[in-house]
Amino acid sequence: MLYFTRAKTYAILALCALGIIFSLPNLAPRPNFWPGFLPWNQVHLGLDLSGGSYLLLQLDLQAVQKQDNANLVDDVRQAMRKAGLGYTGLHGDAANGAVTLHLLHPEDVAAAQTALGKLITFDQTTGGANLLVNVNNDGSVTLSVPHQAQVSRASQAVDQSITIIQRRIDGSGVLNPQIARQGADQIVVQLPGVSDPDRIRALIGTTAHMTFQLVDTTAQPGTPPPLGDIVLPMQNDPNQTMVVNASVAVDGANLQNAQASTDPQSGNWVVNFTLNSVGAREFADVTTDNVGKPFAIILDGKIISAPVIREPITGGSGQITGNYTAQQATDFALLLRAGALPAPLSIVEEQSVGPELGADAIKAGGLSLAVGFVLVLVFMATFYGLFGWFANIALVMNLFIMLAVLSVMGATLTLPGMAGILLTLGMAVDANVLINERVREEVKAGRKPLAALEAGYSRAYGTIIDSNVTTLLAHVTLFIFGSPPVRGFAVTICVGIITTLFTATVLVRLITSRWYVSRRPATLPV
Amino acid sequence: MFMKPLFRFVPDGTRIRFMNGRFAGLITSAVLSTASIGLFFYPGLNLGLDFKGGVVLQINTPQKADFAGLRTALAKAGLTDASLQSFGTGEAANHGVLISLESRETAGQTQTAITEVETALASAAPGAKILSTQAIGASVSSQLFTQGLEALGLSFVMILGYIWFRFEWQFAVGAVATLLLDTTKTIGFMVLTRIPFDLVTIAAILTIIGYSTNDKVVVYDRVRENLRKYKSMPLRELIDLSINETLNRTLGTSGTVFLAALPLALFGGSALSGFAWIMLFGIVVGTSSSIFIAAPILLFLGEHRLRRSSTPPKPGSVAKATK
Repeated sequence: MLYFTRAKTYAILALCALGIIFSLPNLAPRPNFWPGFLPWNQVHLGLDLSGGSYLLLQLDLQAVQKQDNANLVDDVRQAMRKAGLGYTGLHGDAANGAVTLHLLHPEDVAAAQTALGKLITFDQTTGGANLLVNVNNDGSVTLSVPHQAQVSRASQAVDQSITIIQRRIDGSGVLNPQIARQGADQIVVQLPGVSDPDRIRALIGTTAHMTFQLVDTTAQPGTPPPLGDIVLPMQNDPNQTMVVNASVAVDGANLQNAQASTDPQSGNWVVNFTLNSVGAREFADVTTDNVGKPFAIILDGKIISAPVIREPITGGSGQITGNYTAQQATDFALLLRAGALPAPLSIVEEQSVGPELGADAIKAGGLSLAVGFVLVLVFMATFYGLFGWFANIALVMNLFIMLAVLSVMGATLTLPGMAGILLTLGMAVDANVLINERVREEVKAGRKPLAALEAGYSRAYGTIIDSNVTTLLAHVTLFIFGSPPVRGFAVTICVGIITTLFTATVLVRLITSRWYVSRRPATLPV
Repeated sequence: MFMKPLFRFVPDGTRIRFMNGRFAGLITSAVLSTASIGLFFYPGLNLGLDFKGGVVLQINTPQKADFAGLRTALAKAGLTDASLQSFGTGEAANHGVLISLESRETAGQTQTAITEVETALASAAPGAKILSTQAIGASVSSQLFTQGLEALGLSFVMILGYIWFRFEWQFAVGAVATLLLDTTKTIGFMVLTRIPFDLVTIAAILTIIGYSTNDKVVVYDRVRENLRKYKSMPLRELIDLSINETLNRTLGTSGTVFLAALPLALFGGSALSGFAWIMLFGIVVGTSSSIFIAAPILLFLGEHRLRRSSTPPKPGSVAKATK
């Protein structure tokens, strides 16, 4: 009990000193003499305290499957045509990732196997085939995507979406956005300092898939569109429609760059775009063959405009006009530069907190923390006298060390987290209460002061460990299942329990032993 | 005054016969918990936004908030399900308005609804500031709800496992049964006070579970120790003795946690006061259940079993026990 080796004493004091040093960044501005090699980390404030937006996005994986399946049907059609094989009943089943068809001539089985076999690719990460081709002797053919490939494709789509969102948000000028995947098909976006996420919502909520398709001028309005054509609404007036070719002349994926600028003649805001070499060639071909015809620019299934091709455009660059404001033009150019999302994203959860509300929350939390802290100190002093004061010193130290650990971890302090700190302080003295009560019992049982201290400490330890482990277990589960603000709470409690075990037992024991050695009291003040 | 303690909760040598009240304790607890389960089904918990889904906007109007005007404007915008409520205390309550909408079917509809509220606000209360927006879709809220319940369930299992590992099974069953009774009462308390049930209050419930277990462990720990020390004392007396011996500690720790949580309930603001009131309720329930529920359960389960396994008493230990 009394004996602490010199090394151990210094180690304990050093830990306390480190606690104070590393908690300083939260309490004062960085002084000039602070050496560069020492970290200066602060606890991050959660969005509920600093103000900002939290968005939970869900990727429409069914749309990805549907698109992939449609592409597979197209590939099969082309492969069969190229090989000159007759078939009927070509049909895609998006839900199961399968495509079926029937050969017209059963003797084509081997040729079909070869032709369709060329569609098989291998996944780099899983090493497995991305497609299974099954040609039966009766002429029925099934192409299916193995489950593993479907999973890997879905995961790839989420990663791709994260990259694109990152690019879009970076381009919008928001500082320090945090974008992370959650679960199989969700993405968490945290935007500190953005309390009105209207613009970000629009930037994220747009798939931004742009295509150029020829307008079918021969189609009669009001009648069903001819084969190979589709009817699309206009972007600025959904009641107006236009009939365009279903096949895409140039895809926006071939876009190399897009910039907003003002048109020197009209002074209106426009978006200038440049295509890559493949896109430029396709664009040149189409515009050369179709001079005088309208050419529709389509974004996410809506026609932005359909200018008439006046002359072949061979340079691979063009201009999109519309009644844009400066902001709209800039954001549209940003969307085009960042690329299209593999599927639509929807915002399934949103939380925005303005800076004023965050400041109020800090004030309320801080006041509660201060009052609660003082109440606990007074309580301990009243009920446990000198040993209560020892516990109080440890409690103050505990606050510093907790703050230091949370800072060094780079943890995020949320409003529930502040409640967690306060509760930890309330529970931290439990260990001292246990020890003091135990020591008192030993004194009453007739032991001498030193023996009572020895027995009190050693007997209380088992109880302290048991009771703290159960509390720790409850909060580890909370951390596993909780949402971000609640996780902040669980982290502070878990950190608090561990620092408490140090300050409330080791540190208090050191203080008590120093006190005992210097005073040698005949009775203990219990 | 800094040396000696000024007060004690109970004087030394207190020997309250708690186990005499074991039936009263268990029956009171059973009645309260049954009533709470009834309240859970009717009228049911006030589900918070996390679990119900929907949209909540907190706004601050520059002039005194015109509720009738806002209502008309929102209804005109087609938001007939909008409900308005003032928030804040004192003067702030005249300016703070909480607008809540029910859950929309799709994420797109939710986003449209938010925009519609913003537009309606701009005309009905020009200059109003949106302090916070929260929108949770139906699919996410059910996902969060399941996660919350999973967290509760898993923590019960983990606590059961740990106590079983450290003590006898009777202790583990006693602790978990008591925790279930505590939790049901907390649910009843939440139904009566209309404190919203959301992720933050689940955190409060888990904290209470942790705290209450902690309290039971301390009493059980003393029972275990006394089982070894007084080989021949009847279990009923032994449990009474253990509770009395740990009573000052039980009340001491409950006192500090209670004092720490009290300011949160009083000044913590709307976001934390629900959390803090549940904590305060849980501390009172958890502390009393250690004495009146967990201990009697241990007495019923362990009456013969815990004693039979121990070795016959030695004369020395009897003398010590009767000292």
